[in-house]
Amino acid sequence: MVQLRLPRNSRVLTGKTWPKPEGASNIRKFKIYRWSPEDNDNPRVDTYFVDLDTCGPMILDALIKIKSEIDPTLTFRRSCREGICGSCAMNIDGINTLACIYGLDEVKGDVNIYPLPHMPVIKDLIPDLTNFYAQHASIMPWLETKTNTPAQEWKQSIEDRKKLDGLYECVMCASCSTSCPSYWWNSDRYLGPAALLHAYRWIIDSRDQATGERLDDLDDPFKLYRCHTIMNCAKTCPKGLNPALAIAEVKKLMVEKTN
Amino acid sequence: MGYSKSLISHHFEMKITSIALFFLIPFFIFTFGSVIGEDHNTVVEYLSMPFPALIVALTLIIGLQHFQSGAQTLIEDYIRGLGYKIALIFVKALSYFLMAVGLYSIGKIAL
Repeated sequence: MVQLRLPRNSRVLTGKTWPKPEGASNIRKFKIYRWSPEDNDNPRVDTYFVDLDTCGPMILDALIKIKSEIDPTLTFRRSCREGICGSCAMNIDGINTLACIYGLDEVKGDVNIYPLPHMPVIKDLIPDLTNFYAQHASIMPWLETKTNTPAQEWKQSIEDRKKLDGLYECVMCASCSTSCPSYWWNSDRYLGPAALLHAYRWIIDSRDQATGERLDDLDDPFKLYRCHTIMNCAKTCPKGLNPALAIAEVKKLMVEKTN
Repeated sequence: MGYSKSLISHHFEMKITSIALFFLIPFFIFTFGSVIGEDHNTVVEYLSMPFPALIVALTLIIGLQHFQSGAQTLIEDYIRGLGYKIALIFVKALSYFLMAVGLYSIGKIAL
């Protein structure tokens, strides 16, 4: 059921303000969500000041600088720092995106950083993505074949391969799913844009032989049809993909299958 | 085919009622708007003519049908368990009740 206000122990309080770097003239203020299960305290927003003259150009550079030089307890996921691994997805200035490919110059004023919305938080900027990954696994993200022939390579035409463009690039960062209001309310039953984009990626693959089973699995009032084309997923995707279009294509295939 | 068929019919119902309302609402405003501010007898006399009565009746039925389809989606999204069933029955019953009362009233005036 919908809750209009956060529970008392989940309300975000004002946290610590860290000192400004001495002698720096080009300073940027960062307000970052903090919460640790070990503290037994409410979440808070800490304020940090970063000297941009000694910092890289991306939000992730600033976060790493804060962790290295100001507050080593700040916790976040990161790995590839070039938008491939999807680890550093977070809510930056109200937009779900990847910190490693989001420039400091893209944010006006103070930089507000929160974890991906509407997900359980493990610590600070790290959301619990267990359910998200389980939903991805549920759509069978692999090629299913029913015959052993050809025994070697399964070839694909250039046209069929092109159908996968705009789908295979998804890095499973969860920015889209966690920007979707339908997913916020029904994430236990609705698969969300990321899993459905991947579902379409395998449905449309010319080498896959389980299209019928895949569509049957999505034939459910919640898994697919909670998408109301709100389009937040397409707006927020840091890779410029369009999960809403993929969902619409799956719905069209459902109509064809029904008829 | 399982749920898809009913969900697709629901989708088409929403689309068709939306298109119908797109044309009906201007007609409704045009016909009904012309008697706003008039006395009771003039309004009753106007609504007893076939065309205005038909437009009001169609707007009422299709509008409420559209309302109940939309409300059903809202209820499915936000309410669970017993509350879901009660809310759905309430919205459907309310829509059909308002349709019946509206049609009875228009019929009584027009016939």
